[in-house]
Amino acid sequence: MDRRNIALLTFILVLAALVTYVDLDIGHPAWVESLLFWRPEGARQIAIRYGLDLRGGLKVLLAADVPAGQEVDTVAMETARQIVENRVNGLGLTEPLVQAQGERRIIVELPGIEDPELAVETIRGTALLEFVDAGYMWLPEGVVIETTLGGPGGGGPTEEITPTVGLTPTVELSPTLELTATAPLTEAAPISPTAEITPTTGPHVYETILTGAGLKQVGLDRSQTNEYQIPFELYPEAAQTFAEYTASHVGQYLCIVLDKRVISCPVIREAIPNGRGTISLGNATYQEARNLAVQLHYGALPVPLRVETVSTVGPTLGELSVERSIRAGIIGLSVVLLFMLIYYRLPGALADLALLLYAGLNLALYKLVPVTLTLPGIAGFLLSAGMAVDANILVFERMKEELRTGRSLRAAIESGFERAWTSIRDSQISTLIVCAVLYFFGTNFGASMVKGFALTLAIGTVINLFTAVVATRTFIRTVFHLAGDWLRSRRWLLGV
Amino acid sequence: MFDIVEKRRWYFIGSGIVILLGIAAMLLSLVRFGTPVRLSIDFTGGSLFVFHFKGPASETAIQEVFAASGLGEAIVQRLGRPEENTWQVRTREAAPEQVQAILNGLEAEVAPVDRDLLTYETVSPIIGGEVTRAAGIAVAVASFIILAFIWWSFRRVPHAFRYGAAAIIAMLHDLLVALGFYALTGVLQGWEVDALFLTAILTVSGFSVQDTIVVFDRIRENLPRYRGEPFERVVNRSILETIHRSLATQLNAIFVMIAIILFGGATIRPFISTMLVGMLSGTYSSIFIAVPLVVVWELAAERRAAMATG
Repeated sequence: MDRRNIALLTFILVLAALVTYVDLDIGHPAWVESLLFWRPEGARQIAIRYGLDLRGGLKVLLAADVPAGQEVDTVAMETARQIVENRVNGLGLTEPLVQAQGERRIIVELPGIEDPELAVETIRGTALLEFVDAGYMWLPEGVVIETTLGGPGGGGPTEEITPTVGLTPTVELSPTLELTATAPLTEAAPISPTAEITPTTGPHVYETILTGAGLKQVGLDRSQTNEYQIPFELYPEAAQTFAEYTASHVGQYLCIVLDKRVISCPVIREAIPNGRGTISLGNATYQEARNLAVQLHYGALPVPLRVETVSTVGPTLGELSVERSIRAGIIGLSVVLLFMLIYYRLPGALADLALLLYAGLNLALYKLVPVTLTLPGIAGFLLSAGMAVDANILVFERMKEELRTGRSLRAAIESGFERAWTSIRDSQISTLIVCAVLYFFGTNFGASMVKGFALTLAIGTVINLFTAVVATRTFIRTVFHLAGDWLRSRRWLLGV
Repeated sequence: MFDIVEKRRWYFIGSGIVILLGIAAMLLSLVRFGTPVRLSIDFTGGSLFVFHFKGPASETAIQEVFAASGLGEAIVQRLGRPEENTWQVRTREAAPEQVQAILNGLEAEVAPVDRDLLTYETVSPIIGGEVTRAAGIAVAVASFIILAFIWWSFRRVPHAFRYGAAAIIAMLHDLLVALGFYALTGVLQGWEVDALFLTAILTVSGFSVQDTIVVFDRIRENLPRYRGEPFERVVNRSILETIHRSLATQLNAIFVMIAIILFGGATIRPFISTMLVGMLSGTYSSIFIAVPLVVVWELAAERRAAMATG
């Protein structure tokens, strides 16, 4: 046996071992999973990722509700996406997904949701911007609170707000944000909260001073020290309320809350009489500053959103589908394995080995890349497995022909692979082209199921080139080398 | 040698009958539903619900609940066996508030709904229009690519046009068979043409042309080798030489598809069934339609040539 074949065989065996290791559902150690460098940190698990149709959940497509043809501002769209994401996060689900799709659409996927109707309403509702009296307690960004205005606006369960993180503001925690009147700068040193705050238990209801409805204008500029700040202007009535409130609460915190979630908590440096003020942002980046400005500006969603499609799948239904697909797959592949074994005998058995490697490789790739499996995706995989033996069949039929014309065993094997190659290549290319067309079609939302099918079929086709040609040929050469003489007298084993 | 090409008239008649039956089903569907095949909400927009009730339900009771929520003209259908209490309802686009009202109404008026098994889908007509447009583009692009593929494969064959035309006619044959099948199941079972149907059709077209080309390829290879033989015989020889491969390959794909249809659950049954029908038709048409067509064409040309010289 030549060295190249030995090297290939070794490679295939090592690959098979690796694939088996990845495919097995044993808890893979963390350091192994951390090797998946191409995936974002925190998402490096060796596990199959199921699509919504297989694990149950809700998928909503939102679109900017503007007349067709009208341009949609990309910044406004991104802000809308962020607002929707905040609301979705408020629902407390695992792995929600909020993604921009195209220029005017947002796709929301909520796996394993209990009450899809409520979720849809939460997502669509108008955002509520509030200025909230936080007293001397600084609230960290992202905390969900209850306010005196209406019910829990963020929808879903309002988290208990006992900000466990430093209730007594420490130096590190002391906020960098300050609220000042824009008029003459005061010399007063920043007032650090001195009051002793005892941790409260249970939810505290914060008083709403103003809502976003009172904001007339919001800007973004830089202070003399080159820090970002947001100047704002209030409508006269709101300005009146604001003046009275700030005058009596200097040194306390006024939190800006969007959908009951704290965006930032500046301290009141002085009374703001004329309704014009500035929020100093300390060392915030431009991105952060702009986000806050945009959110303030568009207290409500910057673009009206319309629900374009909704689809829900009950969780049990998804499980059932997975179970059935696995059963169908095992039965279907077993028949293929049996057929190859019976029809092509020894080469068939070797092709079966290659097919098992093929299935294992696919599964491993789904886990590692990861590929999100949907029901049509599984169908695509199974179909590609059924078609995978096509390459072997082409080779074996050629081999038989060559043997019948009286060629030696060795020459028949080699020329079988050689002469079948163009047919194999052509058929793989045409399948890949079909996949490409389907994938393009599937990027359309209403047809997103198609994408999963095209993807798994394409992956399968590429892997097939390796397993059906390289792996099978290596197996056959090895067997021929080890038992060639013995085979010559038992040609029925070759299916001739 | 077993002669396949000789009996070509029978294949043409057989295919003609199948296609005519399909067209009859399409006409029936056109009369009953307004379209030759039933279109799903993927293309038309609307809402589709599947309810699993925890007790017996009736069509009229479900219809009343939908009408009370402002969704009259709901199409209500039972899925599976009666004791499964599973119903599919199709309406025009339902707003989220309406969905809530419908669920409450069904629980109150019909029977408790198993929320773990509930599915519903709403597609706005706008999206439906976009999907339809994308589908049109996909079909156009696929056709173009297939044409280019055929042209490329036969660029060195004499009378390449005949082979290309025959391959395309065979593909259209498969398309008509699949559409007819769907029109029929649409009338009988309520199956609807959705994005996945289109996927099945496009995939099958690819395989079908591929299959045809394998046989044609062999004809091209054999023509110079058996120069003395009449064209018909060479063609027949080529079919017999490639039929093993065609059948073995298709058989494996068919095994897998039948397994999915039998054991894979109802959701993708229409998808895989279309593929199976298309695949069967594709195998059949490449051997029994495409190749005999080439023979007919060749013989006609020979006759014409003989008449011209004689």
